Amino acid sequence: MALDSEVAVFIDGVLRYFDNAVQQTAQCGTPFLAMDADPEVSDYTGIIRINGRREGLVAFTAPKSMLSVMLMRMQETDMSHENLCDLVGEIANTLSGNARRDFGSQFNISVPTVVFGRSGPLNYPENARPIVIPIDWRNYHARLIVCLKD
Amino acid sequence: MVVDDSNVIRRRIERAQDLPGIEFVGAARNGVEALEMHARLKPTLITMDLTMPEMDGAECVEKLVARDPELRILVISALADKLTAIEAIEKGASGFLCKPFTDRQLNDALRKLITG
Repeated sequence: MALDSEVAVFIDGVLRYFDNAVQQTAQCGTPFLAMDADPEVSDYTGIIRINGRREGLVAFTAPKSMLSVMLMRMQETDMSHENLCDLVGEIANTLSGNARRDFGSQFNISVPTVVFGRSGPLNYPENARPIVIPIDWRNYHARLIVCLKD
Repeated sequence: MVVDDSNVIRRRIERAQDLPGIEFVGAARNGVEALEMHARLKPTLITMDLTMPEMDGAECVEKLVARDPELRILVISALADKLTAIEAIEKGASGFLCKPFTDRQLNDALRKLITG
């Protein structure tokens, strides 16, 4: 499976999450290669790590405001830090599940982890440049970051 | 009864299910809690996540069905491959729903379980 097809699996996973769980469509912007090795992340980041035929990580990173409104759309009234972590982890969990289905045994995919805050490094694999995919929903902007190396 | 390690998902399932005659009795965060809660509350229908700490959903399904063969369990998981679904059914689950799901998909899946 080529890298662009692999990236498409993760983009489809995020967009499907908005369609089904949030019940409102999000838009995927034009993917770009990050200029530095550690692209900026937002308030909350859900991460899955991958090894096997490729090594690296996939992260969904979103601002608190966006995740809060997503919870509202899901009829949730509790916008606590715990629930925001829970939501971004659940999105990463969905990406992980979809990837297991589409990639099969070629990849080993970790249980998702959640990082809070903009400053923490995500520990990308060396000598690999992350691909950043803007995810736009209403007036909010999230990012899907895919960094895989052979 | 709802079993999922995600609070957001537990509450969403509780809110979204709107089938007549179905009453929410409790929520558990993992398989261990689910076994304890099942013994106490005796639910007839359970939604079950698969990937959870302490005890995962597959092991919990097996133990619950051994305890109560009439119990109906809907596995709701992000593990969207056919093999996972087949494994869950083999362990005794009555149905399988992939995450992410819409409210309608949830209610359709629960309705199928109730009507057999």
